[in-house]
Amino acid sequence: MFKKNSPESCVITFSAVYHALKAEKHFKGLGFKVKLIPVPRQISSNCGIALEFNFRDRERLAAVIQGARLAIENIYPLFKIL
Amino acid sequence: MLTGKNKITYFDNAASSWPKPEVVYQAMDDFMRNIGGNPGRSGHRVSIAAARIIFEARESLAGLFGLADSSRIIFTANATEALNLAIKGALKKGGQVITSGFEHNSVMRPLRFLEQESKVQITSIGPSQDEMVDLRLLEKAITAQTKLIVSVHGSNVTGDIAPIEKISAIAKKHKIPFLVDASQTAGCMPIDLSRLEIDMLAFTGHKALLGPQGTGGLYIKEGIELAALKQGGTGSSSESERQPDFLPDKYESGTPNTVGIAGLGAGVKYILKTGIQEVWKKKKHLRAYLLKSLGSIDRIKIYGNLQPEGLAVVSFNLGDLSPSEIARQLSEKFAIMTRPGLHCSPLAHRTINTFPKGTLRASLSNFNTSQEIDHFIKCLKKIARNPA
Ligand SMILES: Cc1ncc(COP(=O)(O)O)c(C=O)c1O
Repeated sequence: MFKKNSPESCVITFSAVYHALKAEKHFKGLGFKVKLIPVPRQISSNCGIALEFNFRDRERLAAVIQGARLAIENIYPLFKIL
Repeated sequence: MLTGKNKITYFDNAASSWPKPEVVYQAMDDFMRNIGGNPGRSGHRVSIAAARIIFEARESLAGLFGLADSSRIIFTANATEALNLAIKGALKKGGQVITSGFEHNSVMRPLRFLEQESKVQITSIGPSQDEMVDLRLLEKAITAQTKLIVSVHGSNVTGDIAPIEKISAIAKKHKIPFLVDASQTAGCMPIDLSRLEIDMLAFTGHKALLGPQGTGGLYIKEGIELAALKQGGTGSSSESERQPDFLPDKYESGTPNTVGIAGLGAGVKYILKTGIQEVWKKKKHLRAYLLKSLGSIDRIKIYGNLQPEGLAVVSFNLGDLSPSEIARQLSEKFAIMTRPGLHCSPLAHRTINTFPKGTLRASLSNFNTSQEIDHFIKCLKKIARNPA
């Protein structure tokens, strides 16, 4: 049987490519490690690009999103299926 | 620039600037050769790379114009499309529009079109003794029906600069949206949209912004809602058959001119690296030298206010010679490119009383030199002495 691991990373989805790139620039400017990836198939999003980041950064990132009023759709944890 | 037998003197930069900085050619070649994907539509690496090129160009333009939110800059095919979007959007319900007396046909033709549909009344305001727009007459022309004020920032005919800051104060006082046509000034003159009360600003990519033809855009201030000129695919909200209502996607349907925007972005970065104040200083220096040198020619008439704060764009006539004849001889005998006639701006030529004959226009970029101006003056003097 499959066993669920604890989440390793999170992804942020966006309604538009512009917002994804804006968020990437903002986070990189603050020194976060983030990466633009195609939206993982288990998630549905309005835009094909998502921003992946380390699970342990999730709270600090959420605070940044609020503070900077970045336009995002959702944040999802990503589980590695073992 | 070309040298030897093929050397030309290009003084038609107000039409399209040439040459471009090397980085502009490189950015366009790199996109075509190494990237090429559809920006952001697909999510794969190449698609993200293409989207990033557009994003960076938008951010660079926002930087140049002092804007924190680059999503307020919409890419269009040129200034003409941006002006159509702004004008038709702002005057959807008709009303009166007030313009300067120096508008380009990319402003006047959409307005005349709306006028013909009996939606719009147009009032154009000429210059005062010392300003390109008579501010007193402008304020007097405002009525309860005034729905838009439009002014060109820098004239493509005389190179004069309109007092847009003072116009914006009047527009703000009367709560009328203010549209600026910055086709000639964006990229060579400082424009700080965080400070200026401007509601919409149209620019084109292929002049002082040093990008290729087929690029341009419109800045739309937060709170201004326009009807989009077109609807279609944006790569966002794909499940919906309705156009997204957020910027920039609302106004940017269809695959964009990514190769062009790559070049435009490189041009803007080049300007930011040089420093817009530096660029403007050099422009004014070229203008001063050109005006002074032209002044040494007999029977020359130079148009405009001849102020030092202006573009390196100068219009003149030489005695009774026809502008097109001088332009032809400059091109054929001396490989100097200028533009005669009305410069798509019959209104401006009526304002300076040169309609329908027009003028000869010399327009310089910062790649031009004082030596080229000296050569130009020498050739003009030869033509004046021996017109046939
Ligand atoms: C003042 C002015 N407005 C608008 C335009 C139109 O620009 P474009 O042809 O790029 O749409 C031009 C240049 O042709 C211009 O000089």
